[in-house]
Amino acid sequence: MTTFAPSSSAEILSTVQWAASEETPLEILGHGSKRDIGRPLQTEHTLDLSRLTGVTLYEPAELVLSARAGTSLTELEALLTENGQQFAFEPMDYGPLLGGEPGQGGKNGTIGGVLASNLSGPRRLKAGAARDHILGVAAVSGRGEAFKSGGRVVKNVTGYDLSKLMAGSWGTLAVLTDVTFKVLPAAETEVTLAIRGLLDDAAFAAMALALGSSAEVSSAAHLPERIAARVAGGKHRSDAATLLRVEGFGPSVVYRIEALKQLLGKAGPLEEIAGEASKMIWRDIRDCRPFADGGTRPVWRVSMAPSEAHHMVMALRMQAAVDAFYDWQGGLVWLSMREDDPEAELLRGLIRKYGGGHATLVRAAAPHRAALPVFEPQPPHLAALSARLKAEFDPKNILNPGRMG
Amino acid sequence: MSGLAMPKPDAETLRRRAEIVADMRIIVPGEGVVDAANEMRAFESDGLTAYRQLPLVVVLPETVAQVSRVLKYCNERNIRVVPRGSGTSLSGGALPLEDAVLLVMSRFNSILAIDYPNRVVVAQPGVTNLGITTAVEQEGFYYAPDPSSQIACSIGGNVAENSGGVHCLKYGLTANNVLGIEMVLMNGEVVRLGGSHLDQEGYDLLGVMTGSEGLLGVVTEVTVRILKKPETARALLIGFPTSEEGGQCVADIIGAGIIPGGMEMMDRPAIHAAEDFVHAGYPLDVEALLIVELDGPGVEVDHLIGLVEAIAYRNGSTTCRISQSEQERLSFWAGRKAAFPAVGRISPDYYCMDGTIPRKELPRVLAGMRDLSQKYGLGVANVFHAGDGNLHPLILYDANVPGELDKAESFGADILRLCVEVGGVLTGEHGVGVEKRDLMPEMFNQIDLDQQMRVKCAFDPNHLLNPGKVFPQLRRCAELGRMHVHRGQVAFPDIPRF
Repeated sequence: MTTFAPSSSAEILSTVQWAASEETPLEILGHGSKRDIGRPLQTEHTLDLSRLTGVTLYEPAELVLSARAGTSLTELEALLTENGQQFAFEPMDYGPLLGGEPGQGGKNGTIGGVLASNLSGPRRLKAGAARDHILGVAAVSGRGEAFKSGGRVVKNVTGYDLSKLMAGSWGTLAVLTDVTFKVLPAAETEVTLAIRGLLDDAAFAAMALALGSSAEVSSAAHLPERIAARVAGGKHRSDAATLLRVEGFGPSVVYRIEALKQLLGKAGPLEEIAGEASKMIWRDIRDCRPFADGGTRPVWRVSMAPSEAHHMVMALRMQAAVDAFYDWQGGLVWLSMREDDPEAELLRGLIRKYGGGHATLVRAAAPHRAALPVFEPQPPHLAALSARLKAEFDPKNILNPGRMG
Repeated sequence: MSGLAMPKPDAETLRRRAEIVADMRIIVPGEGVVDAANEMRAFESDGLTAYRQLPLVVVLPETVAQVSRVLKYCNERNIRVVPRGSGTSLSGGALPLEDAVLLVMSRFNSILAIDYPNRVVVAQPGVTNLGITTAVEQEGFYYAPDPSSQIACSIGGNVAENSGGVHCLKYGLTANNVLGIEMVLMNGEVVRLGGSHLDQEGYDLLGVMTGSEGLLGVVTEVTVRILKKPETARALLIGFPTSEEGGQCVADIIGAGIIPGGMEMMDRPAIHAAEDFVHAGYPLDVEALLIVELDGPGVEVDHLIGLVEAIAYRNGSTTCRISQSEQERLSFWAGRKAAFPAVGRISPDYYCMDGTIPRKELPRVLAGMRDLSQKYGLGVANVFHAGDGNLHPLILYDANVPGELDKAESFGADILRLCVEVGGVLTGEHGVGVEKRDLMPEMFNQIDLDQQMRVKCAFDPNHLLNPGKVFPQLRRCAELGRMHVHRGQVAFPDIPRF
């Protein structure tokens, strides 16, 4: 068992070339903040990227930032904040859910890991995920070849977009060495409008109405009864909260919140939550804080069409004891099973029945992760295509083998 | 580029043409197969009209099953296929091949579902870009990416090219607005990626398909995000004595945290051509003209107009008009939107380029272009998507003067090399196609290109789908798959190990 900790692209290249020649698998690791997601790996060797750090280019006026793949997300976000900018896709921190501490002393993930797991947060609804903001990458394929794709400009259709292909590939195609992201101005002001006491179907209707208005809602979540008490330290009581975030320039936010109040005045009692209190709520929703109980009972992350998701949850509740809350206008469902059984087949069957989507078992004890497909199984033609693609990047299957299996 | 080498036609396919046409008629009965030369003439080129080639046969399928059967048939018989949407590509992406079936998707022209609660539209690939907006605008919605060919270009073609438009900086490209597709692989297999939900499971094949220029699969259905129209939009028309000042103004607007809905710049030749053509009231004594459009709630737009105006004056603007009515806003845009035909009036022909550069490099690139203009003895006018750095130089030439097309193409290639040199790319939104194919090595080394071609191998191992596009030299998949490993030769004594 050897851990290689290179600090340059050339060293990474030579390590992967060696592993390819020996046909010996490597676990690709940043901070290890998401190591417990996916099928457990049993590799003899580990390639640790956490020493490959540093910002290589940051030009705020050009809205572009490049960094070595092992650079800490915390450090990059601090740099962006200093310049009034942000990663608009709002990458989540899995630390609390998977048993770590928020921030984890700056070890809550690397920028390479952000792309490899295609992180996003509540603003994904409006701004997209990591895959929508990646402009370019440099990487080493499982063939032991250093390649690049994309560039440093927003508008670029030169060749295939291999940068996007790296998004959500969990280190199974190539080892990222450098990433370039689009960055955007951080909003001057944010206010959250909360509607209290709605059941799931009424909450979906309210969120759809809000998103279908010109109020430019950037995030929409629904915390059912009791779950609502599990964000922001419990200071917002336990009755259900349907939350709409409005961000932007001060006068615009005031105007749009007023417009939403007019639109939703009859839906239920309304509350305005501004500034730091609003930020805290969305940070906790982003990080799935309501289910961060220090345990290992199964937690699912499900993406569906918003109009169908709550019907699926209702059907699931008939057959399994489960807690749920919703982000992305209701389309992202976080599910916490109250028993140890993940109920994978039941859940995935219901997702198919209610219009399709996908479920990822983001938290579970290792035996469950070894026995079940953590990521959504694909139909045969698509699975075969994905396998061919994997083989084109990593013919010896040495990069995180089986992790997405 | 005029000496463009396309894949050598396959003699066996040419010899069996009559049999292939007959088989196509069985798969696609009725009017869906066109084989007479005079009728195929309409399909011999796309928007890059300098290149023309009659296809083997034109096939216009109506169902996914027909697309699947055509591709499977061709795959089994080693017959090449070129997919085509509306044929508006400016890079020759839909240029036919003599020995290839031209698969025209225009009969896939229905909108399949409009879903307001989830804010998605499911459309067949032949629906025009504008057709999606038209279908939902009575409810106040629209589809954001708006390439200038939006009246004619198809959504399937938009996926193939990852089309942009003037609103990209704020609202994203096609890739950011498509949630799902159904496609048919060259072997006839039908695959669905994504859907009405967010994020595709598994690898981001949707991301790779978008902008793959018809080389990986044939899109048969597209699910897009629709947005509520902004309440209002207003524009500023700002003139600067130098392009440096205009460029700095753009940087300062973004530096102030403002992302305009549109931000377009024109240089002196483009301003004069446009003003002569449409009399938009553009100032003629400036070197750079900037149109900044702000959209959103009225109160926000008014707030930002004030900020942008102040930034413009700080950067030495000599003229700054603010639209007071929808009519005036449209008049600001009239010249910009007519820039291409306006340039067409002052020159017998023009050649439109499409590089992207880091914005701050604009003065250097404009200066470089002036030098090249003198070197080649050809004029150039520039329109620039200033917000995202996408530059459209229009090279003026006369195709009837022997050698001028070649000169224009060499001039264009030099401009693109300059774009890459300053940190930019060969193409921002028009695609590589055949036009920039041979310039790919300016941006990518052989390892980069090989890895892209290996992606192609996973989708189409026999290189039958749209060959001759994007890649300067196609390498056989078996050859690309070989690994050259040197067992035990790689030493790395300095890497820390634990």
